[in-house]
Amino acid sequence: MTSAIEVRDLVVERGKRRVLRGLTCAIPRGSVTGLLGPSGSGKTTLMRAIVGVQRVRSGSITVLGEPAGAPPLRRKVGYLTQAPSVYADLTVRENARYFAALYGYDAATAERAVADVGLAGAGGQLVGTLSGGQRSRASLACAIMGEPELLVLDEPTVGQDPVLRDELWKQFHDLAGKGTTLLISSHVMDEAGRCERLLLIREGALIADDTPAAVREKAGTDDLDEAFLRLIRAQEVAA
Amino acid sequence: MSSRILGATIVRILRQLLHDPRTIGMLVVVPVLLLALLRFMYDDQPAVFDRVALVMLGVFPFVIMFLVTSIAMLRERTNGTLERLLTTRLGKLDLLFGYGIAFGVAAAVQATVAAAMAHWLLGLDTAGSIWLVILIAVVNAVLGVALGLFCSAFARTEFQAVQFMPVVAVPQILLCGLFVGREQMAGWLKAISDVLPLSYAVEALQQVGANAEPTGTLWRDLGIVSGCVVVALVLAAATLRRRTA
Repeated sequence: MTSAIEVRDLVVERGKRRVLRGLTCAIPRGSVTGLLGPSGSGKTTLMRAIVGVQRVRSGSITVLGEPAGAPPLRRKVGYLTQAPSVYADLTVRENARYFAALYGYDAATAERAVADVGLAGAGGQLVGTLSGGQRSRASLACAIMGEPELLVLDEPTVGQDPVLRDELWKQFHDLAGKGTTLLISSHVMDEAGRCERLLLIREGALIADDTPAAVREKAGTDDLDEAFLRLIRAQEVAA
Repeated sequence: MSSRILGATIVRILRQLLHDPRTIGMLVVVPVLLLALLRFMYDDQPAVFDRVALVMLGVFPFVIMFLVTSIAMLRERTNGTLERLLTTRLGKLDLLFGYGIAFGVAAAVQATVAAAMAHWLLGLDTAGSIWLVILIAVVNAVLGVALGLFCSAFARTEFQAVQFMPVVAVPQILLCGLFVGREQMAGWLKAISDVLPLSYAVEALQQVGANAEPTGTLWRDLGIVSGCVVVALVLAAATLRRRTA
């Protein structure tokens, strides 16, 4: 399997803080990869670097065969920021149509994306009047439309109820089945089990890059929560 | 730049405005009310009203569009939409011209209503065509948009953005020749006035006030103001970075 994303020795500094310290990893095409770690561990920074909006100190990132942020990638990569980045003073449908136009898709594609995130009934509602969970789904609709080759989703399921979360994860796997590569961050460990691969980062360094089964086996427990704790402790002892 | 993306951006910005009827109402009504106030202040001095109201028709769109744009652009920066836009095929110029054109349209509506009311209701007298007054007002509005786009890069919060109004707009209003004729200013004040774009916009308006036909000075002044718009847009483009720390 070829890689959709290859990160080599990535170092990122924000202010005086070294957020990523020489991180190396590869994300296979057509997979759902979970990016996990405590808050402040560098998940968002890594995602920003992959979509090409983060200034990096050193190292390289190749995305779909191009350097991260290269112009040809701008129609192939969908990006969901952690805070919903849609226009509060536009309706859900108007937001979706605008982003569809930016990616080169028509209004029907926008409409499908709105329905895919379960907002078909709220298409005419102003985003500013939606609940927090609906608002982040409106933002998600603008990222997933048109089945991009790579989707980078920063905590897409935060604030969603269990039923919706389940539906969203099913959609993520559907997209992967059609060839989309998904990188999804979360700090909820029960979501980790739904990924095909896991990247666990802590304080800007990678401490696991494997399938959930392998992570469980390595840590000697079936509970992923517990597995991550053990891996972190093992790393602390080694250091 | 892509005409499709530029078009979508213009429509998006105008839709945002249309969802905010109170802002539209204020954009259209406030200049007219202020002009009516001037009319009553100079009830027995119609010549003074003509002079001041004419300049105000150029100043209002400049100041209002500067404020509206700096806040709108600051919102794009702070709520994450700008970062997201810059991961798409949208070019920097698509966004900047999108704002310039969309708010230019809003300014055209504002200027047309204000100038028409001033001309036909309040009795504003100009030797030249009222349409030239509207044209200059729209160019002024676009100047306000361009400077607003540029200045928003230096503000982190709305509070800071609003403070740029007295920094950028007020000195231009003070030195544009309305309060003290530019020829009567001390040399160093005149020198400052000479490099402020609003001075040329006001001179152009005064040319319309005094001459029945458009003069060479008027076209030269409009050219200078348009040049300043281009420079401000280029500077604003330089403040939009795809990669940030």
